Amino acid sequence: MSVSVAFEKARADDRAALVGYLPAGFPDAEGSIDALQVMVEAGCDVIEVGLPYSDPVMDGPTVQAAVQQALEGGSRTTDVLRTVEAVAATGAPTVVMTAWNPVERYGVERFAAALDDAGGAGLITPDITPDEAGPWLEAADARDLDKIFLVAPSSTPERLAMTVASCRGFVYATAVMGVTGARSSAPTLAGPLVERTRAATDLPIGVGLGISNADQAAEVAAYADAVIVGSAFVRTLLDAGTDRRAGLDALRALTEDLARGVRRA
Amino acid sequence: MSTAHEIRPGYGPDETGHYGDFGGRFMPEALVAALDELDTAWQKAVLDPVFIADFERLLRDYAGTPSMLYDAERLSERAGARILLKREDLNHTGAHKIRNVLGQALLTKRMGKKRVIAETGAGQHGVASATAAAYLGLDCTVYMGEVDTERQALNVARMQLLGAEVVPVTSGSRTLKDAINEALRDWVASVDHTAYLFGTAAGPHPFPSLVLSFVRGIGDEARRQCLELTGALPEAVAACVGGGSNAIGLFAGFVDDPDVALYGYEPGGDGVDTDRHAATIWAGDVGVLHGARTYVLQDEDGQTLESHSISAGLDYPGVGPQHAHLARTGRASYVPVTDTEAMEAMRLLSRTEGIIPAIESAHAVAGAMNLAKERPGQTILVNLSGRGDKDMATALEWFGLGDAEATDEPTEQEQ
Repeated sequence: MSVSVAFEKARADDRAALVGYLPAGFPDAEGSIDALQVMVEAGCDVIEVGLPYSDPVMDGPTVQAAVQQALEGGSRTTDVLRTVEAVAATGAPTVVMTAWNPVERYGVERFAAALDDAGGAGLITPDITPDEAGPWLEAADARDLDKIFLVAPSSTPERLAMTVASCRGFVYATAVMGVTGARSSAPTLAGPLVERTRAATDLPIGVGLGISNADQAAEVAAYADAVIVGSAFVRTLLDAGTDRRAGLDALRALTEDLARGVRRA
Repeated sequence: MSTAHEIRPGYGPDETGHYGDFGGRFMPEALVAALDELDTAWQKAVLDPVFIADFERLLRDYAGTPSMLYDAERLSERAGARILLKREDLNHTGAHKIRNVLGQALLTKRMGKKRVIAETGAGQHGVASATAAAYLGLDCTVYMGEVDTERQALNVARMQLLGAEVVPVTSGSRTLKDAINEALRDWVASVDHTAYLFGTAAGPHPFPSLVLSFVRGIGDEARRQCLELTGALPEAVAACVGGGSNAIGLFAGFVDDPDVALYGYEPGGDGVDTDRHAATIWAGDVGVLHGARTYVLQDEDGQTLESHSISAGLDYPGVGPQHAHLARTGRASYVPVTDTEAMEAMRLLSRTEGIIPAIESAHAVAGAMNLAKERPGQTILVNLSGRGDKDMATALEWFGLGDAEATDEPTEQEQ
């Protein structure tokens, strides 16, 4: 199911959608499914399941720690697909956020087929641009999967136009120049970027990187179609350590808070 | 005297940086504008006589190139073939790396950026970057895997003395690949005022071509020097390959000479039949790492495997895309050399010629000694890419040196 269903629903409510990220296999295989289901129950409209990768160039220390824990726990590509299946079964559109090499290694067409079979909506591909993504564009088009590429404050108008033309589902606007991780203030570069992106496409635009609380979510929701949160969710589980109950409670509370944020704008 | 032509890409990719099936630019969109900016600036610079003159002046007066080509007669006797050594170990800062760094740092100045970052494995590229930054008045931060800061403490001190900030990287395997990850993370947040001095002929377009253009003097000089010295081209040239900058610099001078065989020696670690090596082309599969499609040591899920080599500078699970292409097309051969073979070659060169090579370069010497058995009487030109001072702690441990009472008995071969 495409993420566009969730965006239409949010638009009908006159609010932004809330997109939540956790890596598969974190804190462990079952734990990540439990956590993602809690996030859906508590108000995430779209779920991003991260595929843990050994060399996560775009991730800050928080997500790196979670990814490392998942890999040390033996998380495999097939576990990611199983996680997608469990989360998509809740009815929330579920996409995979992944570095490129694991997809290429699995086989692009084979990955697309497995993702489709699992009920996944598509892929977010942060470390590749449409220029190098030919086989994925083809495989996704054949199956109507969402293709979510990133645009950045540094994107030129030409590249921005090229990138959004290759997207389906939504466009991921990176709010800051930097890696993932919570930041104290709301992003200042995101507004102008969303404006430029809006001029180039009718697709919904999600803003991610650095958003960790309801106030920041409300601020971004005022101009974006979705607020994307990752590190802040990861942080609640890292802080709770082995106390799974406490971790899920904190995760639920944060999700509810952010869900109120996107409705406040 | 070299000309402008010589620092242009000699073995060029297509316009988007692909060498056959390899290379390209697999990078976050946030960095694409910076890579385009770098590409444009570089393309303009290499056509600008002022830039070329500056670069050549620095290479000559500051770095001490052309490095000599040395006829290693004592080693040749032992090898049964004529071994010529391209003495890049005599360059300022002790390795070929200074060529690349001077080119990139000059380009940084030209682009008006005030800060450079670099990754380093053995520390040679870090030292070279810190040196160029000091000389050209740029701020410099060097990312270095924590494991490498321990085995190359001397180079950490050198970088610090030169005024650079050295950041130990504690993520992943805490070696070169993780240092690259961390440098990329810095760059994505600092790209408006910072240049990334990439240390090898790998990474996203235009780095492989750009680095080649700055290091190809190794091969261009060696070809000319060999003709002057011997009246002919060598039958084979040899270099060690980690990321592959010294090797591609050497190969660039000979790739258009079909009768010259090109040999790259990969770090075989404990042996390519174990899981402790870094012989990427020999044992890896095609994948994408650090911005390029190339050979990668990876598991069946595409997760990068931890590499191993006694040489920090070769301890990398990827390789430059130009080498992947040369291997695929059969133009160059890539062969593993174990830790033990490399260390034996380090001792052999020290004792026959009075030259202590870097352990990286000792891989090339070891490879050439093996190759000489297949090519008796022929001329083999070896790139001695760096000197061994930085490796004394490793040598001390490996050979049990440092105790003046105990003498290290020479092996039978050396008597």
